Amino acid sequence: MSTETIAAVKERKPLFTAKDRKLITDPLDDDNPITVQVLGICSALAVTVQVKPALFMSMGVLFVLIMGNLVVSLIRNLIPSRVRIIVQLVIVAALVTVVDQVLKAYAYDVSKELSVFVGLIITNCIVMGRLEAFALANKPGPAILDGIGNGLGYSFILLLVAVVRELFGSGTILGFPIIGEWALNLGYKHNGLFVLPPMALVIVGVIIWVQRSRNQKLIEAN
Amino acid sequence: MELVNIFIRSIFIENMIFAYFLGMCSYLAVSKKVNTAVGLGMAVIFVLGVTIPINYLLENYLLKAGALSWLGPDLADVNLGFLSFIMFIAVIAAVVQLVEMAVEKFSPTLYSALGIFLPLIAVNCSILGGALFMQEKDFPNIGQATVYGLGSGVGWFIAIVAIAAIREKIRYSNVPGPLRGLGMAFIITGLMGIAFLSFSGIKL
Repeated sequence: MSTETIAAVKERKPLFTAKDRKLITDPLDDDNPITVQVLGICSALAVTVQVKPALFMSMGVLFVLIMGNLVVSLIRNLIPSRVRIIVQLVIVAALVTVVDQVLKAYAYDVSKELSVFVGLIITNCIVMGRLEAFALANKPGPAILDGIGNGLGYSFILLLVAVVRELFGSGTILGFPIIGEWALNLGYKHNGLFVLPPMALVIVGVIIWVQRSRNQKLIEAN
Repeated sequence: MELVNIFIRSIFIENMIFAYFLGMCSYLAVSKKVNTAVGLGMAVIFVLGVTIPINYLLENYLLKAGALSWLGPDLADVNLGFLSFIMFIAVIAAVVQLVEMAVEKFSPTLYSALGIFLPLIAVNCSILGGALFMQEKDFPNIGQATVYGLGSGVGWFIAIVAIAAIREKIRYSNVPGPLRGLGMAFIITGLMGIAFLSFSGIKL
């Protein structure tokens, strides 16, 4: 009996097991929330005209995802399943209110620029989807990792789209000019189409195209 | 005249899908067949038409800065604006539940048509987005807010029915493997968005 317990102690898991690491790395590529799970497109694309609002939006979503996953996972056994959607919505709404107030206090111009889209993190399908699919059925530890992973996967696509749109649309990144005067003098023109909303959809479509041609098993059967 | 203007603007120029990407998740997930798309679209029009006026009243008589002055002069400088997210989403979730029960009781045919879509709608971004835009636009009366809600719903309906029709047809064409399904849906939506851009600037 005593030897068994010693053996059990010795075989304690390392801090991050392979399974834990998978929780973080999978959503970055094979199980990306935007391009594979098709969640959270709602409020994502409208904030990608420039990199800066996209950056703030990503941080907001990351925070809400991690905290939401943690809280729901902690109280998962107390939530009656009939009213779980409303409980989750209220938790998420409270977290988003915190994000909104912090943005208003410390980054007012960004908060104005994001306007309603901060509030829309509440109905961002990533948050609800991960709460439903993961946090309700798992312990707080993995739930936090899942939140981090999906938040990063979301941020990755968001920033990718934002960089492309800002670079080709207005020749800057985070407001710094990348395409200089000399290029404009040589006859280069900024492509105004990239600033318009429809281009965000086309860029995401192209990202999906690239990802699926690299990873054939994601291809849909029509 | 103002009402017609708001209605046309919210359908074509400020279209929920093509201009703001709201409700994209269900738009992409439920647009494989025209029948189901029509069902979900009707449910969205219905819920937007009901929740926007309710949220308008809440906003103007409870949440806005100075909105509580009808209770007495002491409360005139209270601003409960920070509670608006929680209030709006609670109203939406509750209304969706109530509507579901009412429709089930009084119109079983409508219920069987909309039934499965109603619970989905509580987390459809276009409903909360409509409420938040209504808050931002600050309509002078409830009539305009209601028309805005209905117009946004109709815009969403048109968008989802159109993409569903295109996706039904595109099954017969030879799309490159990696673009099949989702990728193609994104690009088609982008092209439709460019087409809808031609409506911008219309004023009645």
